[in-house]
Amino acid sequence: MNDEIIVSDSELVEPAVVHADRRHSEWLMTIREAWRMGRTKIGVGIFACIVLLAVVGPWIAPYSPTEFVAPPYSSPAPPKMWLGSDYIGHDVLTRVLYGGRTVILLALAATVIGLGLGVTLGLITGYARRWIDESVMRILDVVLAFPQIVLTLLFVSIVGPKLWLIVLMVGISHAPRIARVARAATLEVAQRDFVHAAEAFGVARTKILFNEIMPSITSPLLVEFGLRLTYSIGLIAALSFLGFGMQPPAADWGLMINENRIGIVIQPWPVFVPVLLIGVLTIGTNLIADGLGRALIGIERDTGVG
Amino acid sequence: METATTAGVTTSPERDVVLNVEGLRIVLDPSGVDIDDEVTLTIRRGEVLGLVGESASGKTTVATSLLDYQRRGAKIAGGHVEIDGKDILSMGPAALRAVRGGAISYVPQDSSAALNPALRIGTQLMEILEAHGFGSSGAEREARLAEMMAEVLLPSDRAFLRRYPHQLSGGQQQRVAIAMAFANRPKVIVLDEPTTALDVTTQAHVLDTIRDLTRSYGVAALYVTHDLAVVSNLADRIAVMYAGRVVETGSRDELFAAGQHPYTRKLLASIPDVTGERALRGIPGWAPRPGKRPSGCTFTPRCDWAVDRCREEFPPVEGPTPEHRVRCWRWREVGAQTAQQDFALRDKTGALGDTRETTVISMREVTAFYQRKETLHGINASICERRCLALVGESGSGKTTLARCIAGLHPHKIVGDIEYGGVPLARDARRRPRATRQAIQYIFQSPYSSLNPRKTIGQILSQPLKVFFQLSRDEMEARMLKALEQVALDSSLLSRYPDQLSGGERQRVAIARGLAAEPTMLICDEVTSWLDVSVQAAVIELLAALQRDMGLSMLFVTHNLALVRSIAQEVAVMNEGRIVEYGLVDAVLDDPQADYTKKLLSDTPTV
Repeated sequence: MNDEIIVSDSELVEPAVVHADRRHSEWLMTIREAWRMGRTKIGVGIFACIVLLAVVGPWIAPYSPTEFVAPPYSSPAPPKMWLGSDYIGHDVLTRVLYGGRTVILLALAATVIGLGLGVTLGLITGYARRWIDESVMRILDVVLAFPQIVLTLLFVSIVGPKLWLIVLMVGISHAPRIARVARAATLEVAQRDFVHAAEAFGVARTKILFNEIMPSITSPLLVEFGLRLTYSIGLIAALSFLGFGMQPPAADWGLMINENRIGIVIQPWPVFVPVLLIGVLTIGTNLIADGLGRALIGIERDTGVG
Repeated sequence: METATTAGVTTSPERDVVLNVEGLRIVLDPSGVDIDDEVTLTIRRGEVLGLVGESASGKTTVATSLLDYQRRGAKIAGGHVEIDGKDILSMGPAALRAVRGGAISYVPQDSSAALNPALRIGTQLMEILEAHGFGSSGAEREARLAEMMAEVLLPSDRAFLRRYPHQLSGGQQQRVAIAMAFANRPKVIVLDEPTTALDVTTQAHVLDTIRDLTRSYGVAALYVTHDLAVVSNLADRIAVMYAGRVVETGSRDELFAAGQHPYTRKLLASIPDVTGERALRGIPGWAPRPGKRPSGCTFTPRCDWAVDRCREEFPPVEGPTPEHRVRCWRWREVGAQTAQQDFALRDKTGALGDTRETTVISMREVTAFYQRKETLHGINASICERRCLALVGESGSGKTTLARCIAGLHPHKIVGDIEYGGVPLARDARRRPRATRQAIQYIFQSPYSSLNPRKTIGQILSQPLKVFFQLSRDEMEARMLKALEQVALDSSLLSRYPDQLSGGERQRVAIARGLAAEPTMLICDEVTSWLDVSVQAAVIELLAALQRDMGLSMLFVTHNLALVRSIAQEVAVMNEGRIVEYGLVDAVLDDPQADYTKKLLSDTPTV
């Protein structure tokens, strides 16, 4: 099988660009490389600002999010009400400051679930090959055929608008895409001799998967995480908007857009600000994912194919 | 002798000099660390200069700089490269384009990567003629194309020219690359290890072609290689590079008979000897990389002759004759020692003395498949206790497949019996009892792929210990240190990662991992094919010693017949999935019976 005589002049892999840190962990290296790019810095900056806003928001908010402070759809009146009031007279600024937590947390949770599930499936299918690979990948193809939002709505409409279900379904709808990435990376790593060496020792399959193969595929997964987080934010916000997420009177960006859209002509702020924040947040995470992706390609090019 | 003619005619040697490199200095770009320095070479018409050096010696960097090309991160910082008196390095882009592929051409190491996979070979060959405006008409170029193909012994019919590179064998691809290089009748040709990826028989043919073409066209050729044996029949003169400097230049005969630099002498002693008179002797350590080179003479740490002065100052260019230059403070003393003193004679006595004829592994009518294709046909062989069986063959001969069948790593169908100690072995290693998995250890071809890059050496070595033994932390540590000691590595490596190690060290770690399992049988699959010749010799020495001292049985898979005598007692020669000759090493190599073995022997380059 591997019967070719390949003599390397290791000069090729040696001096010019030696990534001495690559060994420590490829993903750390990818992060460092990505950080050198302007887009990543901007992305991280945006993401950090909005997360900060969501975290400290409730402490600096002038009112309680469920407190009626003014007549519905009051215009902004600084210095007390910077963004005016919403459709039933809550302070918009307060609700904006409170409403980010849920979006970010739910999106993160969904992405983590999707990643865990996708990576596991990808590792198993990529390593097991044969019928397991075939059958699992075909099932995932079926899942892939549904648009993510339709798949989620399907289950939510059956079971009801439960938060855990939304998180779970968004995660599950990510899984096939992540699984494909993980599987492709696994296929390549599983061919390397250190995996064969572990097999010859008789190391258990699960240990080979998680101890030998997994550390080598972290970088593409990191990129995938950033990308899927972007989609999660969009999906979670969309579900809230459609009324399947947080329920009134909770403060939530997606919900705010829905609640206040009728009055958009009179009082645009309760719609405009959440839309802007969700949009900017996804741009931020997308820039990070993009930076990581570019760094990954760069690293692969520099070190050559080993 | 060709050398005699070149040397004899030269009343004014300068007249014939085509390529003149003087004081070439190449550095890493941002850091300014030198890759090569003070490189001075001359090549005359019709002469082949062999540029020999280990990995990281900077030889490829020198080779490409002759075309004023540098890989990313490197830069020419000084010196001249003159072809027929014209300085290449000061040329503008347009002039340079005209020179490359015209007056000077390049044959890369890996021609399969150098040929455009999307273009038919006829198109590619025509392209180079047109780019340099060869001849005046299309018909003339067609004629030249046919002539070129004939020169490299390839068919020039339309059907062949319409093939794509992937439809050719490795040897044919390399011939096409050579034809391209000779297309415009260049004055200088740079060959960068063009045969390392080829089998010995193919290599022999390609070397013949190169020799004939350089002679008949009077081309000045630079042949870059890590293997002195390859250039021993090809080069007129040889330049030995070490750590970015040319340490010795001279005619081939002078260098082989009376090298004046300790490195040259050691390099010669590390070449496996197919006749089996000399014992193999490696050079300890490895060539330092740019930026990590010691002050003074860079060879000092590996040199037996080193004195204090060597550590302080790099020696000047001296030498016995104007043609034979050497850079060593003690070249007179080194030169005075006869070559025979470098070599230990191979210990033939006792090679079989303490071995018993107890079969450890026996194979009966083993037939293996790759998917549906039968790749091994009815193999019968056995490996005796405390003996080493060498399995020799070219790529595609099935030698690795057979080794993997024994190791339980062949993922496809196997028919026939493989027995270990009289008990049939399961196809899949996982289905074998633990004691069997422990007893048979497999060392992989490439140490760059067999060690997990994300794990420390300690973690790598602990793997077999965890699987096979119940050990406390201290016992584990002690076993790991013992394994490192057995392969002559320092205990400080335990916390290092594989890419902090040289290729030779990595392969030693891989061997140590196998030894940690306390095996009775070691399968070594082409374990030296990724290593430098000097490192290869050291690894072979190590394996031979381990086998002898620990009483291991061994299966040594190799494509290099010259290595066989240094390690094995028995040999099986494989071709196209069959064993064509099988017997005791000295009997087979001294008096081969099969035509294939004879051919393999005659094609193996020797010094």
